[in-house]
Amino acid sequence: MHATTMTTVRLREPLRRLAGGRADHALEGATVADVLAALEREQPALAGWILDERGRLRRHINVYVSGERGAGDTPVGPEDRVDVLPAISGGA
Amino acid sequence: MTELLVGTKKGLFVLEGTPADGFEVTARAFAGEPVEYAMRDPASGRVLAAVTSAFYGPKLHYADDAGGEWAQAAGVALPEAGEQALERLWVIVAGESGRLFMGGDPGVLFESDDGGATWSLVRSLWEHPTRPDWQPGGGGLCLHSIVPWPGEPEKLALAMSAVGVWLTDDGLRTWRHGNEGIRPRYVPEDAEPGMALCVHDLHRAAARPERMFMQFHGGVYRSDDAGASWTDIGAGLPSDFGFPMVLDPADPDSAYVIPLEADMDRVTPGGQVRVYETRDAGATWSARGDGLPAEHAYLTILRQAFDRAGSGDALELYFGSTSGAVFGSGDAGRSWSAVAEHLPPVYSVRTA
Repeated sequence: MHATTMTTVRLREPLRRLAGGRADHALEGATVADVLAALEREQPALAGWILDERGRLRRHINVYVSGERGAGDTPVGPEDRVDVLPAISGGA
Repeated sequence: MTELLVGTKKGLFVLEGTPADGFEVTARAFAGEPVEYAMRDPASGRVLAAVTSAFYGPKLHYADDAGGEWAQAAGVALPEAGEQALERLWVIVAGESGRLFMGGDPGVLFESDDGGATWSLVRSLWEHPTRPDWQPGGGGLCLHSIVPWPGEPEKLALAMSAVGVWLTDDGLRTWRHGNEGIRPRYVPEDAEPGMALCVHDLHRAAARPERMFMQFHGGVYRSDDAGASWTDIGAGLPSDFGFPMVLDPADPDSAYVIPLEADMDRVTPGGQVRVYETRDAGATWSARGDGLPAEHAYLTILRQAFDRAGSGDALELYFGSTSGAVFGSGDAGRSWSAVAEHLPPVYSVRTA
Protein backbone atom coordinates (compact mmCIF):
# COMPACT_ATOMS: atom_id res chain seq x y z
CA MET A 1 0.00 0.00 0.00
CA HIS A 2 1.28 3.45 -0.86
CA ALA A 3 2.17 5.68 2.07
CA THR A 4 -0.40 8.34 1.12
CA THR A 5 -3.26 5.89 1.83
CA MET A 6 -2.02 5.31 5.37
CA THR A 7 -2.56 7.17 8.60
CA THR A 8 0.28 9.46 9.61
CA VAL A 9 1.57 9.25 13.17
CA ARG A 10 3.52 12.33 14.25
CA LEU A 11 6.03 12.13 17.09
CA ARG A 12 7.92 14.65 19.18
CA GLU A 13 11.07 14.14 21.24
CA PRO A 14 12.13 11.85 22.81
CA LEU A 15 9.91 9.49 20.80
CA ARG A 16 11.11 10.95 17.49
CA ARG A 17 14.72 10.14 18.38
CA LEU A 18 13.78 6.55 19.20
CA ALA A 19 11.95 6.31 15.86
CA GLY A 20 15.05 6.89 13.80
CA GLY A 21 14.92 10.68 14.14
CA ARG A 22 11.81 10.90 11.93
CA ALA A 23 8.67 12.72 13.11
CA ASP A 24 6.11 11.41 10.60
CA HIS A 25 5.38 7.73 10.11
CA ALA A 26 2.81 6.37 7.64
CA LEU A 27 1.11 3.32 9.06
CA GLU A 28 -1.83 1.03 8.46
CA GLY A 29 -4.56 0.36 10.97
CA ALA A 30 -8.23 0.86 11.73
CA THR A 31 -7.81 2.50 15.15
CA VAL A 32 -5.29 4.59 17.06
CA ALA A 33 -4.16 1.49 18.95
CA ASP A 34 -3.70 -0.37 15.66
CA VAL A 35 -1.47 2.25 14.07
CA LEU A 36 0.55 2.71 17.27
CA ALA A 37 1.09 -1.05 17.49
CA ALA A 38 2.20 -0.97 13.84
CA LEU A 39 4.55 1.88 14.70
CA GLU A 40 6.12 -0.15 17.51
CA ARG A 41 6.60 -3.10 15.16
CA GLU A 42 8.24 -0.86 12.57
CA GLN A 43 10.34 0.98 15.15
CA PRO A 44 11.24 -1.59 17.84
CA ALA A 45 13.10 0.97 19.96
CA LEU A 46 9.70 2.54 20.67
CA ALA A 47 8.28 -0.67 22.12
CA GLY A 48 6.79 0.04 25.53
CA TRP A 49 7.09 3.81 25.32
CA ILE A 50 3.60 4.70 24.04
CA LEU A 51 1.66 1.48 24.66
CA ASP A 52 2.23 -0.66 27.73
CA GLU A 53 2.50 -4.44 27.80
CA ARG A 54 -1.28 -4.71 27.67
CA GLY A 55 -1.39 -2.73 24.46
CA ARG A 56 -3.02 0.21 26.25
CA LEU A 57 -2.01 3.83 25.83
CA ARG A 58 0.12 4.90 28.77
CA ARG A 59 -1.82 6.98 31.31
CA HIS A 60 -0.06 10.27 30.64
CA ILE A 61 0.18 10.02 26.87
CA ASN A 62 -2.36 12.00 24.86
CA VAL A 63 -3.29 11.31 21.27
CA TYR A 64 -5.00 13.70 18.91
CA VAL A 65 -6.61 12.47 15.69
CA SER A 66 -6.49 15.28 13.15
CA GLY A 67 -6.68 17.84 15.94
CA GLU A 68 -9.33 16.12 18.10
CA ARG A 69 -8.54 14.29 21.35
CA GLY A 70 -8.63 10.57 20.72
CA ALA A 71 -8.14 7.30 22.55
CA GLY A 72 -6.91 3.83 21.70
CA ASP A 73 -10.20 2.80 20.12
CA THR A 74 -10.69 5.96 18.05
CA PRO A 75 -11.10 5.01 14.37
CA VAL A 76 -8.55 6.43 11.97
CA GLY A 77 -8.49 6.76 8.20
CA PRO A 78 -5.97 7.49 5.48
CA GLU A 79 -6.40 11.24 5.75
CA ASP A 80 -5.87 11.34 9.48
CA ARG A 81 -2.84 12.49 11.39
CA VAL A 82 -2.29 11.04 14.88
CA ASP A 83 -0.22 13.31 17.13
CA VAL A 84 1.35 11.60 20.15
CA LEU A 85 2.06 14.02 23.00
CA PRO A 86 3.01 13.87 26.67
CA ALA A 87 0.05 15.00 28.80
CA ILE A 88 0.47 17.89 31.20
CA SER A 89 -1.10 15.60 33.83
CA GLY A 90 2.16 13.65 33.97
CA GLY A 91 4.35 16.64 34.74
CA ALA A 92 5.96 17.19 38.11
CA MET B 1 37.66 8.29 46.63
CA THR B 2 34.04 7.21 46.87
CA GLU B 3 31.52 7.46 44.06
CA LEU B 4 27.93 8.21 44.99
CA LEU B 5 25.15 7.52 42.52
CA VAL B 6 22.23 9.65 43.62
CA GLY B 7 18.88 9.03 41.96
CA THR B 8 16.60 12.04 42.20
CA LYS B 9 13.26 13.31 41.01
CA LYS B 10 15.15 15.26 38.33
CA GLY B 11 17.85 12.97 37.11
CA LEU B 12 20.88 10.97 38.18
CA PHE B 13 23.73 12.78 39.90
CA VAL B 14 27.20 11.31 40.25
CA LEU B 15 29.26 12.68 43.12
CA GLU B 16 32.88 11.88 43.84
CA GLY B 17 34.97 12.66 46.87
CA THR B 18 35.61 11.71 50.47
CA PRO B 19 33.84 12.63 53.70
CA ALA B 20 37.00 14.46 54.84
CA ASP B 21 37.62 16.49 51.69
CA GLY B 22 34.08 16.88 50.40
CA PHE B 23 32.30 15.80 47.25
CA GLU B 24 31.64 17.35 43.88
CA VAL B 25 29.07 16.56 41.23
CA THR B 26 30.90 14.98 38.30
CA ALA B 27 27.97 14.03 36.08
CA ARG B 28 24.22 14.46 35.68
CA ALA B 29 22.18 12.17 33.43
CA PHE B 30 18.46 11.90 32.56
CA ALA B 31 17.91 15.58 33.34
CA GLY B 32 14.31 16.18 34.32
CA GLU B 33 13.46 12.49 34.57
CA PRO B 34 12.77 10.61 37.81
CA VAL B 35 15.66 8.23 38.48
CA GLU B 36 14.27 5.86 41.07
CA TYR B 37 17.46 3.86 41.54
CA ALA B 38 21.00 3.69 40.21
CA MET B 39 23.93 1.45 41.02
CA ARG B 40 27.27 0.37 39.57
CA ASP B 41 27.47 -3.34 38.84
CA PRO B 42 30.70 -4.57 40.47
CA ALA B 43 31.13 -7.35 37.90
CA SER B 44 30.73 -5.43 34.64
CA GLY B 45 31.59 -1.96 35.95
CA ARG B 46 28.47 -0.57 34.28
CA VAL B 47 26.18 2.01 35.82
CA LEU B 48 22.53 0.96 35.73
CA ALA B 49 19.76 3.52 36.16
CA ALA B 50 16.05 2.86 36.58
CA VAL B 51 14.13 5.75 35.07
CA THR B 52 10.38 5.86 35.59
CA SER B 53 9.01 8.51 33.29
CA ALA B 54 5.47 9.54 34.13
CA PHE B 55 4.82 9.59 30.40
CA TYR B 56 6.72 6.66 28.94
CA GLY B 57 6.79 4.14 31.80
CA PRO B 58 9.66 2.44 33.60
CA LYS B 59 12.87 1.84 31.66
CA LEU B 60 16.29 0.57 32.65
CA HIS B 61 19.36 2.12 31.05
CA TYR B 62 23.03 1.21 31.34
CA ALA B 63 26.32 2.89 30.53
CA ASP B 64 30.01 2.41 31.14
CA ASP B 65 30.28 6.09 32.03
CA ALA B 66 27.34 7.95 33.56
CA GLY B 67 28.34 11.04 31.62
CA GLY B 68 28.50 9.15 28.32
CA GLU B 69 26.15 7.18 26.10
CA TRP B 70 23.35 5.16 27.66
CA ALA B 71 21.59 2.15 26.17
CA GLN B 72 18.13 0.88 27.06
CA ALA B 73 18.05 -2.62 28.55
CA ALA B 74 15.87 -5.26 26.91
CA GLY B 75 13.32 -7.52 28.52
CA VAL B 76 12.24 -5.13 31.28
CA ALA B 77 8.50 -5.69 30.82
CA LEU B 78 5.73 -8.02 31.85
CA PRO B 79 4.28 -10.57 29.42
CA GLU B 80 2.47 -8.90 26.55
CA ALA B 81 -1.32 -8.83 26.33
CA GLY B 82 -1.69 -9.65 30.03
CA GLU B 83 -3.73 -7.88 32.66
CA GLN B 84 -0.87 -5.91 34.21
CA ALA B 85 1.88 -3.54 33.16
CA LEU B 86 5.21 -2.86 34.83
CA GLU B 87 4.71 0.24 37.00
CA ARG B 88 8.08 0.99 38.50
CA LEU B 89 11.59 -0.37 39.14
CA TRP B 90 12.66 -0.27 42.76
CA VAL B 91 16.02 -1.94 43.24
CA ILE B 92 18.94 -3.60 41.45
CA VAL B 93 21.24 -5.94 43.38
CA ALA B 94 24.36 -7.83 42.38
CA GLY B 95 24.11 -11.52 43.21
CA GLU B 96 26.62 -14.33 42.99
CA SER B 97 28.67 -15.10 39.83
CA GLY B 98 27.94 -11.78 38.17
CA ARG B 99 24.15 -12.25 38.10
CA LEU B 100 22.02 -9.18 38.64
CA PHE B 101 18.55 -9.07 40.14
CA MET B 102 16.01 -6.29 39.82
CA GLY B 103 12.77 -5.79 41.70
CA GLY B 104 9.76 -3.77 40.69
CA ASP B 105 6.06 -3.09 40.92
CA PRO B 106 3.76 -5.11 40.74
CA GLY B 107 5.83 -7.44 42.92
CA VAL B 108 8.11 -8.67 40.15
CA LEU B 109 11.67 -9.96 40.00
CA PHE B 110 13.95 -9.89 36.95
CA GLU B 111 17.38 -11.44 36.48
CA SER B 112 20.24 -10.69 34.11
CA ASP B 113 23.39 -12.64 33.30
CA ASP B 114 24.93 -10.14 30.90
CA GLY B 115 25.59 -7.16 33.11
CA GLY B 116 22.11 -5.73 32.82
CA ALA B 117 21.78 -5.49 29.03
CA THR B 118 18.98 -8.08 28.85
CA TRP B 119 16.63 -9.28 31.55
CA SER B 120 14.15 -12.06 32.07
CA LEU B 121 11.16 -12.18 34.37
CA VAL B 122 11.41 -14.74 37.18
CA ARG B 123 8.32 -16.76 36.36
CA SER B 124 8.16 -18.72 39.60
CA LEU B 125 7.34 -15.52 41.47
CA TRP B 126 5.23 -13.98 38.69
CA GLU B 127 3.09 -17.12 38.55
CA HIS B 128 3.02 -17.78 42.30
CA PRO B 129 -0.40 -19.17 43.19
CA THR B 130 -0.89 -16.68 46.04
CA ARG B 131 -0.35 -13.64 43.78
CA PRO B 132 -4.09 -12.83 43.46
CA ASP B 133 -4.07 -12.17 47.22
CA TRP B 134 -1.09 -9.81 47.20
CA GLN B 135 -1.92 -6.27 48.34
CA PRO B 136 0.15 -3.15 47.65
CA GLY B 137 1.57 -0.81 50.26
CA GLY B 138 1.47 2.97 50.02
CA GLY B 139 4.20 2.94 47.39
CA GLY B 140 2.58 0.25 45.30
CA LEU B 141 3.18 -3.49 45.17
CA CYS B 142 6.89 -2.98 45.32
CA LEU B 143 9.61 -5.61 45.44
CA HIS B 144 12.23 -3.42 47.05
CA SER B 145 14.69 -5.73 48.84
CA ILE B 146 16.74 -8.50 47.22
CA VAL B 147 19.21 -10.22 49.53
CA PRO B 148 21.65 -12.80 48.16
CA TRP B 149 23.52 -15.26 50.38
CA PRO B 150 27.30 -14.89 49.97
CA GLY B 151 28.75 -17.94 48.22
CA GLU B 152 25.40 -19.72 47.84
CA PRO B 153 23.69 -18.67 44.61
CA GLU B 154 20.73 -20.99 45.18
CA LYS B 155 19.61 -18.94 48.17
CA LEU B 156 17.87 -15.59 47.99
CA ALA B 157 15.59 -13.55 50.21
CA LEU B 158 13.13 -10.94 48.98
CA ALA B 159 10.86 -8.43 50.66
CA MET B 160 7.81 -6.76 49.23
CA SER B 161 5.34 -4.18 50.39
CA ALA B 162 3.01 -5.43 51.53
CA VAL B 163 3.59 -9.14 50.97
CA GLY B 164 6.29 -9.81 53.55
CA VAL B 165 9.51 -11.79 53.25
CA TRP B 166 10.01 -14.52 50.67
CA LEU B 167 12.79 -17.10 50.75
CA THR B 168 14.15 -19.53 48.19
CA ASP B 169 16.98 -22.03 48.54
CA ASP B 170 16.55 -23.86 45.25
CA GLY B 171 17.66 -21.23 42.77
CA LEU B 172 14.37 -19.32 42.46
CA ARG B 173 12.25 -22.40 41.69
CA THR B 174 10.12 -22.37 44.83
CA TRP B 175 9.34 -19.72 47.43
CA ARG B 176 8.23 -19.78 51.03
CA HIS B 177 7.31 -17.09 53.53
CA GLY B 178 9.64 -15.85 56.26
CA ASN B 179 7.20 -13.91 58.41
CA GLU B 180 6.98 -15.66 61.78
CA GLY B 181 7.11 -13.19 64.67
CA ILE B 182 6.27 -10.06 62.69
CA ARG B 183 3.48 -8.17 64.46
CA PRO B 184 1.95 -5.40 62.34
CA ARG B 185 0.24 -2.65 64.33
CA TYR B 186 -1.92 -1.65 61.37
CA VAL B 187 -4.24 -4.61 61.90
CA PRO B 188 -6.16 -5.43 65.12
CA GLU B 189 -4.21 -7.54 67.62
CA ASP B 190 -6.63 -10.42 67.27
CA ALA B 191 -6.64 -10.32 63.49
CA GLU B 192 -4.53 -12.58 61.34
CA PRO B 193 -2.48 -10.35 59.02
CA GLY B 194 -1.78 -13.16 56.58
CA MET B 195 0.60 -11.94 53.92
CA ALA B 196 -0.27 -8.25 54.37
CA LEU B 197 3.12 -7.43 55.87
CA CYS B 198 4.68 -4.13 54.92
CA VAL B 199 8.41 -4.74 55.11
CA HIS B 200 10.34 -1.54 54.40
CA ASP B 201 13.90 -2.84 54.07
CA LEU B 202 15.73 -6.13 54.48
CA HIS B 203 19.45 -6.89 54.93
CA ARG B 204 21.75 -9.81 55.68
CA ALA B 205 24.86 -9.71 57.90
CA ALA B 206 27.68 -10.56 55.51
CA ALA B 207 29.87 -12.16 58.19
CA ARG B 208 27.00 -14.29 59.54
CA PRO B 209 24.57 -14.86 56.67
CA GLU B 210 21.84 -16.54 58.69
CA ARG B 211 21.41 -13.25 60.57
CA MET B 212 19.15 -10.69 58.96
CA PHE B 213 17.76 -7.31 59.95
CA MET B 214 14.51 -5.71 58.88
CA GLN B 215 12.97 -2.27 59.07
CA PHE B 216 9.23 -2.85 59.15
CA HIS B 217 6.27 -0.49 58.86
CA GLY B 218 6.46 0.09 62.61
CA GLY B 219 9.05 -2.23 64.08
CA VAL B 220 12.70 -3.13 63.66
CA TYR B 221 13.39 -6.87 63.63
CA ARG B 222 16.27 -9.36 63.69
CA SER B 223 16.32 -12.92 62.45
CA ASP B 224 18.96 -15.48 63.43
CA ASP B 225 17.52 -18.27 61.28
CA ALA B 226 17.94 -16.85 57.78
CA GLY B 227 14.67 -14.98 57.78
CA ALA B 228 12.34 -17.75 58.89
CA SER B 229 11.39 -15.99 62.15
CA TRP B 230 11.82 -12.53 63.59
CA THR B 231 12.37 -10.80 66.96
CA ASP B 232 11.45 -7.17 67.56
CA ILE B 233 14.54 -5.11 68.44
CA GLY B 234 12.99 -1.64 68.16
CA ALA B 235 12.98 -0.82 71.88
CA GLY B 236 15.32 2.07 72.58
CA LEU B 237 14.68 3.92 69.32
CA PRO B 238 12.80 7.24 69.36
CA SER B 239 10.52 5.67 66.77
CA ASP B 240 10.55 2.24 65.18
CA PHE B 241 9.08 3.64 61.96
CA GLY B 242 11.44 4.35 59.11
CA PHE B 243 12.55 3.06 55.76
CA PRO B 244 16.22 2.38 55.03
CA MET B 245 18.72 0.31 56.93
CA VAL B 246 22.48 -0.30 56.58
CA LEU B 247 24.75 -2.94 58.14
CA ASP B 248 28.50 -2.90 58.72
CA PRO B 249 29.69 -5.99 56.82
CA ALA B 250 32.52 -6.47 59.33
CA ASP B 251 30.17 -6.77 62.31
CA PRO B 252 27.16 -9.10 62.27
CA ASP B 253 25.82 -7.40 65.40
CA SER B 254 25.60 -4.02 63.68
CA ALA B 255 22.74 -2.12 62.10
CA TYR B 256 21.98 1.51 61.35
CA VAL B 257 18.48 2.95 60.95
CA ILE B 258 17.09 6.45 60.43
CA PRO B 259 13.88 6.72 62.44
CA LEU B 260 11.00 8.86 61.24
CA GLU B 261 8.36 10.21 63.59
CA ALA B 262 5.54 7.85 62.65
CA ASP B 263 3.51 6.34 59.87
CA MET B 264 1.34 9.46 59.77
CA ASP B 265 4.25 11.92 60.10
CA ARG B 266 7.17 10.71 58.07
CA VAL B 267 9.82 13.22 59.13
CA THR B 268 12.85 13.05 61.40
CA PRO B 269 11.54 13.07 64.99
CA GLY B 270 11.72 16.18 67.11
CA GLY B 271 13.17 18.22 64.26
CA GLN B 272 16.51 16.43 64.68
CA VAL B 273 18.26 14.34 62.05
CA ARG B 274 19.87 11.36 63.71
CA VAL B 275 21.05 7.97 62.62
CA TYR B 276 20.77 5.21 65.22
CA GLU B 277 23.37 2.49 65.56
CA THR B 278 23.37 -0.85 67.32
CA ARG B 279 26.50 -2.93 67.88
CA ASP B 280 24.83 -5.57 70.01
CA ALA B 281 22.30 -6.95 67.52
CA GLY B 282 19.56 -4.57 68.62
CA ALA B 283 19.79 -4.86 72.42
CA THR B 284 20.70 -1.17 72.61
CA TRP B 285 20.73 1.76 70.20
CA SER B 286 22.88 4.90 70.17
CA ALA B 287 22.12 8.19 68.43
CA ARG B 288 24.68 9.30 65.85
CA GLY B 289 24.03 12.90 64.95
CA ASP B 290 27.24 14.87 65.33
CA GLY B 291 27.25 17.24 62.36
CA LEU B 292 23.67 16.52 61.28
CA PRO B 293 20.91 19.17 61.45
CA ALA B 294 19.68 19.27 65.03
CA GLU B 295 17.01 21.99 65.09
CA HIS B 296 13.84 22.46 63.04
CA ALA B 297 15.00 19.80 60.61
CA TYR B 298 12.08 17.76 59.30
CA LEU B 299 13.61 15.48 56.71
CA THR B 300 12.22 12.43 54.96
CA ILE B 301 14.68 9.72 54.00
CA LEU B 302 13.30 7.22 51.52
CA ARG B 303 13.81 3.48 51.37
CA GLN B 304 16.73 3.36 48.94
CA ALA B 305 18.43 6.57 50.07
CA PHE B 306 20.95 5.15 52.60
CA ASP B 307 24.09 3.16 51.80
CA ARG B 308 27.58 2.39 52.98
CA ALA B 309 31.10 1.89 51.67
CA GLY B 310 33.95 0.11 53.42
CA SER B 311 33.59 -1.57 56.80
CA GLY B 312 34.72 -1.53 60.40
CA ASP B 313 36.30 1.67 61.66
CA ALA B 314 36.52 2.92 58.04
CA LEU B 315 32.82 2.39 57.42
CA GLU B 316 31.41 5.24 55.35
CA LEU B 317 27.70 6.05 55.56
CA TYR B 318 25.66 8.21 53.18
CA PHE B 319 22.00 9.16 53.06
CA GLY B 320 19.87 11.63 51.14
CA SER B 321 16.59 13.37 51.87
CA THR B 322 13.57 14.39 49.86
CA SER B 323 14.61 17.99 50.58
CA GLY B 324 17.69 17.44 48.42
CA ALA B 325 20.46 17.13 50.99
CA VAL B 326 22.97 14.28 51.12
CA PHE B 327 24.98 13.64 54.28
CA GLY B 328 28.06 11.49 54.77
CA SER B 329 30.18 10.00 57.53
CA GLY B 330 33.67 8.58 57.13
CA ASP B 331 33.94 7.20 60.66
CA ALA B 332 31.06 4.76 61.03
CA GLY B 333 28.58 7.47 61.98
CA ARG B 334 30.50 9.21 64.76
CA SER B 335 30.65 12.47 62.76
CA TRP B 336 28.76 13.71 59.74
CA SER B 337 28.99 16.45 57.11
CA ALA B 338 26.92 17.63 54.16
CA VAL B 339 27.92 15.98 50.89
CA ALA B 340 25.41 18.00 48.83
CA GLU B 341 22.75 20.42 49.98
CA HIS B 342 20.61 21.44 47.04
CA LEU B 343 19.90 18.45 44.87
CA PRO B 344 16.36 17.58 43.74
CA PRO B 345 14.40 15.26 46.02
CA VAL B 346 16.62 12.23 46.61
CA TYR B 347 15.13 8.83 45.79
CA SER B 348 18.23 6.66 46.09
CA VAL B 349 21.86 6.74 47.18
CA ARG B 350 24.29 3.98 46.23
CA THR B 351 28.05 3.89 46.66
CA ALA B 352 30.61 2.52 44.25
